[in-house]
Amino acid sequence: MQSRGFFWLGRSLLALTVLAAANVGLYAQDLKSFEQRITTKVLPNGLTLLICERPEAPVFSYSTFIDAGDVNDPSGQSGLAHMFEHLAFKGTSEIGTNDYADEKIALAKVEAVNNAYEAEYLKAVGRDEKKLADLKKAFKDAETEAHKFVIPNQFTEVAERNGATGLNAFTAMDETVYFWSMPENRLELWAWLESGRLSDVVPREFYKERDVVNEERRMRTDSSPIGRLVEQFLSTAYVAHNYGRSAIGWPSEVQQITATEAMDFHKKYYVGSNIVVAVVGDVKASEALPILEKYFSKIPAGPKPEEMTTVEPRQFAEKTVAIREKTQPFYIEGYHKPDYRDPDDEVYGAISDIVSNGRVSRLYRSLVRDQQIAAAAAGFSGFPGDKYPGLFAFYAVPLPGHTPQEMRDAIHKEIEKLKTTDVTDEELAMYKTRARADLLHGLANNQGLANELAEYQTRYGDWRELFRELDKVDKVSKEDIRRVANKVFVASNRTSAWIETETPAAGPTAPAAQGKGGAQ
Amino acid sequence: MIFSTYKNSFRWLLAATVLIAPAMHAQQTKPWEQLPIPKLHEFKPQQPKRIELKNGIVIFLQEDHELPFVSGSVSIPGGSRDEDLAKTGLVDLYGEAWRTSGTAKLDGDALDDLLEAKAAHIETGGDDDSTSLSWDSLKGDSDQVLALALDLLFHPKFSAEKLELAQQQAATGIVRRNDDEGGIARRESAKLVYGPNSPYTREPELATIGAVTVDDLAAWHDRTINGKLRISISGDFDSAAMEAKLRKAFEGLPPVKPLPPRHDVFNGPKPGVSFIDKEDVNQSNIQIVGLGTDRHNPDVPALAVMNEILGGGFSSRLFQKVRTELGLAYAVGGSYGYSYDHPATFHVQVMTKSATTVDATKAALAEIAGLTSKPFTEEELKRAKDSILNSFLFSYDSKEKVLSEQVRLDFYGYPSDYLETYKAALEKVTVADLNAVAKKYIHPEKLAVLVVGNGPEIKPGLDELKLGAVQPIDITIPQPKEPEGKPAAAEKK
Repeated sequence: MQSRGFFWLGRSLLALTVLAAANVGLYAQDLKSFEQRITTKVLPNGLTLLICERPEAPVFSYSTFIDAGDVNDPSGQSGLAHMFEHLAFKGTSEIGTNDYADEKIALAKVEAVNNAYEAEYLKAVGRDEKKLADLKKAFKDAETEAHKFVIPNQFTEVAERNGATGLNAFTAMDETVYFWSMPENRLELWAWLESGRLSDVVPREFYKERDVVNEERRMRTDSSPIGRLVEQFLSTAYVAHNYGRSAIGWPSEVQQITATEAMDFHKKYYVGSNIVVAVVGDVKASEALPILEKYFSKIPAGPKPEEMTTVEPRQFAEKTVAIREKTQPFYIEGYHKPDYRDPDDEVYGAISDIVSNGRVSRLYRSLVRDQQIAAAAAGFSGFPGDKYPGLFAFYAVPLPGHTPQEMRDAIHKEIEKLKTTDVTDEELAMYKTRARADLLHGLANNQGLANELAEYQTRYGDWRELFRELDKVDKVSKEDIRRVANKVFVASNRTSAWIETETPAAGPTAPAAQGKGGAQ
Repeated sequence: MIFSTYKNSFRWLLAATVLIAPAMHAQQTKPWEQLPIPKLHEFKPQQPKRIELKNGIVIFLQEDHELPFVSGSVSIPGGSRDEDLAKTGLVDLYGEAWRTSGTAKLDGDALDDLLEAKAAHIETGGDDDSTSLSWDSLKGDSDQVLALALDLLFHPKFSAEKLELAQQQAATGIVRRNDDEGGIARRESAKLVYGPNSPYTREPELATIGAVTVDDLAAWHDRTINGKLRISISGDFDSAAMEAKLRKAFEGLPPVKPLPPRHDVFNGPKPGVSFIDKEDVNQSNIQIVGLGTDRHNPDVPALAVMNEILGGGFSSRLFQKVRTELGLAYAVGGSYGYSYDHPATFHVQVMTKSATTVDATKAALAEIAGLTSKPFTEEELKRAKDSILNSFLFSYDSKEKVLSEQVRLDFYGYPSDYLETYKAALEKVTVADLNAVAKKYIHPEKLAVLVVGNGPEIKPGLDELKLGAVQPIDITIPQPKEPEGKPAAAEKK
């Protein structure tokens, strides 16, 4: 009951635990047991299949891990990876249509008219409004025509009718992940559906879906105080790297993403060498592998896309963002740190555990229990991603009557302690014990395990790294923690952002006070 | 990752099917229908062992040797719906301070140190109808952790300091509650259905949490601890040895005292449109609500299938219409709710940009009305039943889930084979049943509409809905009256 969850950023604590778990290994005999239960195979197209046998119940979960996320959105097209993720639920040339041959022609028309409309719309000089209106109508007509060939949501309907549970996907900065769970006797049906949507995407209902994604942005970012703050925080912390760009996309850019751009993104990033598919559950590798090979071989081969070459320049000036509005105060700050391949990666894990995990954590004891200025406070590593150098961030939620400045001062005091005094033997031992237990806990869940295995296979080229990282955890020393804290937690490497509550002219809570009449 | 993760949160967007019957042309076999679906592997979920002591206390034991952990829980009848109106929030505070205070032998902070060093946990919490104490640890520490948990169960020592800490955190939640548009919408729409002071919707306020004292926490504990406790243990342990330990701890207690039965009145909402203005949003959160039912109702299986058709996934009517066809929302869904022991709510939700508030509301209302005017088809029935029945397995695909389900059924007095009989009833639902329950339970004229959104941006305005005068709702957070004994937590320090 310690974190009460009224506050959604609090979930990053959870995310942290998962991360810590992911970064930890197991005892040797356990790795051995997994060696016997896990089979991997790289197909000729470069795609990696991973099967983990866990016959606890007649079900399986899968995770399709694409090594591309919003960090890969081309310039001017922020939100593209996420937009494509939505498209991947719309079916293929075989499912979701009543006549693909005709639909294909109709969709080409939609695209052509959209391009003509955009070209006219974007004219800096001499835009013809009449022509624009005609094109808009032509676009609507073309969409209506194309819609005649659509069987809406048939892809997901077939999955759900066959028992798919937890069907979803997410697009992060670093990756795009698709997943669900199903009864084990639907394995072949799943392989057909999943391989189809990865290889044979149709830009069906694309522009309607773009409206849906705009609504998603309004919900997550525009209409949420913390959503707005975090977007400003990241875009201030980064000057060059795409980690600083809105992941769901800047409104003007999302609004102009075209189906052609989404299909280009797919062609470049959805190639075998960029995909790992992990299946965990009641499956026998000897029986399942031939089925999976048959279907997933359809995915086009292609070179592994080149990695992004932009490197965030070293920050040399402290940066701040202050939002003054009528919502409650909040404080966050972040420091640039290296990517996940850094030899000190586990040291960051140790720091976040010691400052954030549970009621024994330093930030809880200091800000929440002893000073009584915050309702919650934590630090976490790898935000908004860790494939490239991300941030180590700290945040705190002030109690009523307390200010962001107090949060900042109190957090800095704790950081100073990390830099000047060794953590205790007990703290270090606790981190190591908890890391071990967290990893073990994660093994009892098909979906969680599938996600972890696919991620480790992608990031390290070997799922065993998930288990071997315990060795790295064990090696973390007190000196490491001090050294890393001194290297990273310095003012010139800091970006901080906060919300200051602006007092309304009258009355304590303006939104309600103005309730009358607005929407009559 | 958490911030940059844009989930298609389809789980709560439950939706509806809009009779897409466009051109299904010649019915040839679809490629996916040619794929083999072998017989599902034999599976008999392992049921927990149930032991009822002479005093009425019940123990459930579920062995699971996959991983070296043991976890346990004690559930205690009585929750926030049973607290005094003037002390609303008491059970939340109790759930927090019980654990953080600790026991006479070991205070909460020392308990934290001891447990975290072992990656073990003991937590307490409060819900609307019960409170609970739960724990987990590695197998090697399980005896010690069980002893600590029992000490906390039988010998808590509530501390003024920890109560104050819990009050401060609760106060933070109260003063922040109007920052969250979705939270406002859920809270205020529930109040429309149950009434503002209903035991199911009343909100903790600065004054009510400030009124709670340490004695209140102790009194609550003494009052509920003699109730019908249910103890459940799962994980890597030996049942015979565990049973002996638990008998020793619980057998000597006096016979359990049941809580007095509740006599709540549920009238449902006053029809019409309400509005809450929020100037810092560009999307409206629309709630359409009415009264639902409880699981004792024999119509629940048919309602469950109706829900699947109305709002249960990508193929549902609401999703197909409002999201896929109209592109008006990312989040849309709804269902006719049923709780275990009191009526839940009927509840449809849509979130759409300010300018399309009226369009989206009308579209959602039309789908609700369509439940009685657009007859259900065999195809819809089959699709909904397939989805529910083929995923039914996931309600018992782990030993932990089977255990929680059995504890829940026991708590609410349902037979232990409830899931089986429920599934059998689902299989029998017909189109006629669907049409009958829609007619019986769906009354659009009795529903209330609540919009939370940015007033000046909502054009056309809500009067265009033609549902009567728009009623503004004041959500100003009441400030406690000053000096009155103990200052409210918010004022501290």
